[in-house]
Amino acid sequence: MASDGESEEDFVTYGTPLEPLEEDEPLRKPIPVQDQTVKDEKGRYKRFHGAFTGGFSAGYFNTVGTKEGWTPSTFVSSRNQKAEKQNARPEDFMDDEDFSEHGIAPQQITTTEDFVSGRPDQIRDKARAISSLSAPIPGDTLLEELITPAQSSIGVELLRKMGWKDGQGVGPRVKRRQRKQNIDVRVYGCALPPSGSEESEDDEFAPENVTFAPKDVTPVDFTPKDDVHGLGYRGLDPLQALTGGSGASHINLFTLDSDRASLFAGSRKAGQHRKGGISGQGFGVGAMEEEDDDIYHRDAMSNYDTVLGGEEPGDGLYGWTAPQQYRQKKKDSSRDAAYVGKILEGFTLASKPEEAKTVFPPPALPRDYRPVHYFRPVVDTSSVSPLVAQALQTSRGQLSQDAPQQSRHTLDSTQRREMLGETSLQGPRSVFELLDSKDRERLNEIRKASEEKRSTLQDRFRSSTTPSHSHTQPQVSKAQPDVQLQPLVSDTQQQALSVWSSPTAQTGQAFKPFEKNPSKQARYERYVSHLKQGDKDALEVSLDPTMTEWERSREQDEFLRAAVLYKPSNSSLSSRFTRGKHEDDTDSVEVARDQEGDVNDKEAAVKMKMFGKLTRDTIEWHPDKLLCKRFNVPDPYPGSSIVGLPKVKRDKFSVFNFLSVLDDRQISQATPTSSSGGAPASSHGSSSAASGKRSRWDVAEQRPKVKEAEQQPDHTVTATSATTSDSTTAAESKVSESDAEQKTKKAEDEEEEEEVRPPIDLFKAIFASSSDEKSSSSSEEDSGKEEEQEAEPEMPIVTPAPPVVPQAPPTSSLINMTEPETRIADKGEQKDASSVKTADVDYEEFGPRLPPPGQVFPSSSSPVREEKPKKQSKERHKSKKEHKHHKEKKHKKKSKKHKHKGKQKKKKKTEETDDSSDDSGDSDSDGGDVIKTGFVSNEELLQRLKNLRGKK
Amino acid sequence: MAFPEPRPQPDRLPQHLLRTVDCQQGAVRAVRFNADGNYLMTCGSDKSLKLWSASRGALLKTYTGHGYEVLDADGSYDNSQLCSCSADKTVVLWDVATGQVTRKLRGHAGRVNCIRFNEEATVMLSGSIDGTVRCWDTRSRKMEPIQKLDEARDGISSLKVVAHELLTGSVDGRVRRYDLRMGQLHVDFIGSPITCVCFSQDGQCTLSSSLDASVRLLDKNTGELLGEYTGHQNKDYKLDCCLSEKDTHVLSCSEDGHVYCWDLVEGSVTLKLPVGKAVVQSLSFHPTEPRLLTAMEGRVQIWGAEPEEMDTAE
Repeated sequence: MASDGESEEDFVTYGTPLEPLEEDEPLRKPIPVQDQTVKDEKGRYKRFHGAFTGGFSAGYFNTVGTKEGWTPSTFVSSRNQKAEKQNARPEDFMDDEDFSEHGIAPQQITTTEDFVSGRPDQIRDKARAISSLSAPIPGDTLLEELITPAQSSIGVELLRKMGWKDGQGVGPRVKRRQRKQNIDVRVYGCALPPSGSEESEDDEFAPENVTFAPKDVTPVDFTPKDDVHGLGYRGLDPLQALTGGSGASHINLFTLDSDRASLFAGSRKAGQHRKGGISGQGFGVGAMEEEDDDIYHRDAMSNYDTVLGGEEPGDGLYGWTAPQQYRQKKKDSSRDAAYVGKILEGFTLASKPEEAKTVFPPPALPRDYRPVHYFRPVVDTSSVSPLVAQALQTSRGQLSQDAPQQSRHTLDSTQRREMLGETSLQGPRSVFELLDSKDRERLNEIRKASEEKRSTLQDRFRSSTTPSHSHTQPQVSKAQPDVQLQPLVSDTQQQALSVWSSPTAQTGQAFKPFEKNPSKQARYERYVSHLKQGDKDALEVSLDPTMTEWERSREQDEFLRAAVLYKPSNSSLSSRFTRGKHEDDTDSVEVARDQEGDVNDKEAAVKMKMFGKLTRDTIEWHPDKLLCKRFNVPDPYPGSSIVGLPKVKRDKFSVFNFLSVLDDRQISQATPTSSSGGAPASSHGSSSAASGKRSRWDVAEQRPKVKEAEQQPDHTVTATSATTSDSTTAAESKVSESDAEQKTKKAEDEEEEEEVRPPIDLFKAIFASSSDEKSSSSSEEDSGKEEEQEAEPEMPIVTPAPPVVPQAPPTSSLINMTEPETRIADKGEQKDASSVKTADVDYEEFGPRLPPPGQVFPSSSSPVREEKPKKQSKERHKSKKEHKHHKEKKHKKKSKKHKHKGKQKKKKKTEETDDSSDDSGDSDSDGGDVIKTGFVSNEELLQRLKNLRGKK
Repeated sequence: MAFPEPRPQPDRLPQHLLRTVDCQQGAVRAVRFNADGNYLMTCGSDKSLKLWSASRGALLKTYTGHGYEVLDADGSYDNSQLCSCSADKTVVLWDVATGQVTRKLRGHAGRVNCIRFNEEATVMLSGSIDGTVRCWDTRSRKMEPIQKLDEARDGISSLKVVAHELLTGSVDGRVRRYDLRMGQLHVDFIGSPITCVCFSQDGQCTLSSSLDASVRLLDKNTGELLGEYTGHQNKDYKLDCCLSEKDTHVLSCSEDGHVYCWDLVEGSVTLKLPVGKAVVQSLSFHPTEPRLLTAMEGRVQIWGAEPEEMDTAE
């Protein structure tokens, strides 16, 4: 605290500095707390005693004087001072501290609280300090403190100067006679209703030249209501109560309203009122009262009305209410007056009486109404165990198996219609009829094409392979939507038939796809049993004839699909798999609640460049709590536990789920069918247009391909072979489907085994949007060799694939691997870029690629591109999914085989047929994009196929 | 949306080549400025990430630890951390000074295309070819992401973060904007696979380039098309686009070896910057100055508004 000596004058010091410690001085013991004392400015001890002002200086130090007690004061004669007025003031008995600044009676002049500003004004304080220094008496600002502001406001002062007096109104003087000030009718707030009586009373003489000040206006009371009393409550005013002030304004709580004696006996004057304001029964008569009032009130029956209802007819002069009534009638014009004291402040009487509410009586209850409802238990046999059902049946005598007759919710529309006796609707019976002619035509076209194809293929495979191979044919592709493609349905039908009637079909049918609907399940089982017997029109027989066509077709479709899907598995195959211990889960799946809108609409909007509402979807999205915290934003949904998009449970087997899935598939399926199946194929554009939806990759890829095709006329040959191989593949896939066991065996020992493969449609269906196989045959030729070399070390050696290979999407990895180089080569730049090897064949990539690395870094890998299988839609049935996965796996394996095979072939440089078929197999992956200039007949194709096989 | 007001003097565009840096790390997959524009990061296909001084073109540090080519990188606001993503499916958080891997996060099912820090570098957001955006907490040691945004139906090609908004571009042709404050997801359908998305500097617009060789400027709030910029080539590759430092121009890479620069309001090509013969892979604009980075093959070029006088290293 003590500052250094040299710069002492620069520092401000606070408090008393400690005494400098002497070297030789022994350390003093610190004084313990209990021994420490406080002394006041006069050196007297101060002690805490708890007296008036804060506790110090009480006790004998100040009052008693000595430790021993009172000291008798020495007698002083006051004779001389007799004349002086002995006036004891309170200050005589106060202590010194009470006169100090914070005492009870400070003697210095201080500003009272009224004039102290809330906030200390620093600038003014400073100014005052300065001025006090320069004042004649330094340190004193007496004058300033003596001046106190006037109590009344400046407005009042001004008014006074203008001649206004208290109690008058403000404004120019009026000529009218001044009203009596002490009128007993007080008006609150609002204006008086026009009263003619006042004018009529003004019959006194009013001199012309006398003016009066205007009436004073009662200011509107703006005091807020801050208590919990009722409106208009006023407490008992003690002044009025005790002094008996003007009783008019005071509500006398203690007189009965019915005590009308005072009203009646009008002779009693105000002066004769009792002195005390409080009177009435219950308060006795005081000793000072002059009168002896009858304090013991006797209530008489005459005080009460004895008749219910309105007033008595006639003049109503009798009865106690009469005078009052008369009086009121007289003052009818100023009706408000009757309510004086009853109207709350700020209120007036309504000019219009309130309309009475009409109350309707409650409806009469029927006599036999019972207020308790009895719920009949309805039990669905399908949902309860048979035991329970039986028990219920015995107890109730019936089961809800025939409950459809009871509950209308279980009826379908036909049944309800029949019950109601309505005629059937006249509108279109099937969805197909709703389609416009163009779409119908297109569908027909597709149908025809596929029909044609299938028939030829079937013919072919019948001749070449055993029919027992056919039952693992893919079903997914066949699952046609119910747009009433009858031939297709019949085709599927045939397939289902072949599946179920095959000798390997197991009789044990574990799967019940329509378990929810027992009757439907029964129909389905009937259908399956028909199938097993080889009945051709199993469907027609088993379906319910009473249903509408739409329902029937839907059911037909479902049955077909189910039959194909849940076909009896091979004994060998089924032995390899065990059934899941737990049911997949309940019959519902989680689906995002808000889905994006239709893509087709958006595409149209984008084409028209109408971005905005049409292309935008706004979806509720829940960020994670922690994420919000990290981003320093409040959680937008504080209460919710959802993260991401809100999900809803949806029925797994819902028709709508199937429908939506099917729609996608149908579209993707339509493309290959129409393009490969000998459709006019005038140009690829038309075919893709026919499909209605192109894969996004087509956009980028089509043009170069066309260009290439144009540039190199020899491509037509490949294109031709593409067609050939396409159908060949299809044929083959149709032909031979062996079970997995067979296949693995084959894979091990037979090199040139016939390839077993589902038809193309399956792949198309699986890799629906993956038509970005970019390879052109030229690229294949250009880079085929190196690609092989690269692929060789990496490829797991599997059985070589057969010569003819379909355009399996995974093969596109192989094809696309070399694609960047070929692209570059085509462009004519970086010719040597083709020497850059592609490194990882198994590395998958999709989406926009990365540019080629260029020559800079030869060891760096060039981008590889491969399609990822499209995400399986959740709604699809699990087993279906499994099935598909299985297929996929197979397929991948195969494609690898194929690679290897192709490689081998190329090394051998065997035959042209080989090459061409291989090339075509690869180039076929273009889908329908390559212009087909030729057509190879089926016979020729078959011949070629056989040829190949013979060679192997 | 308020367009920037026309300026009296012609805009300064980065049209002079200041420096060419040969990165010696294979193809440069991405080049990025750091938060203040003083440093730049290059992502190489030789699995390395390099930090350079933007003014001198000197190599400051090489970060190795990725298992495959590095595809994107970002620097934290305080320059203390870097994050990068790679084709090895990992996301790595680096300590700038030591060059050590602070965290290596696995979880993506495919290669990770893009990565960004949020403003305070508390979260790393990575978009992958598996169609998810994962939000990684840089504060905790948890190896799982805070949240996985799997709304996209195809791979995420690009993402940007500004304040509380996350913009992602996906190969399914949609630009998604996640508004954390509002708890909403806005999906804009573009149709063609998105290669790059950007916020404008004023935060009112989004820029998206797609494989149909056009760059579109959309109103952020309504999704309306404010401008479309075409003329460049972009059909195959994932190329970057960006806005200039004052939102006056739109820039995009092109497959014909140029960087195209359009006037934002008029939509006309104001500058066609010849970078080289190959594809311009990546570009990055300086946050405050007219300075541009382009990456072609193994080289990074730095472009400025005025030619550098004395200390040009070439």
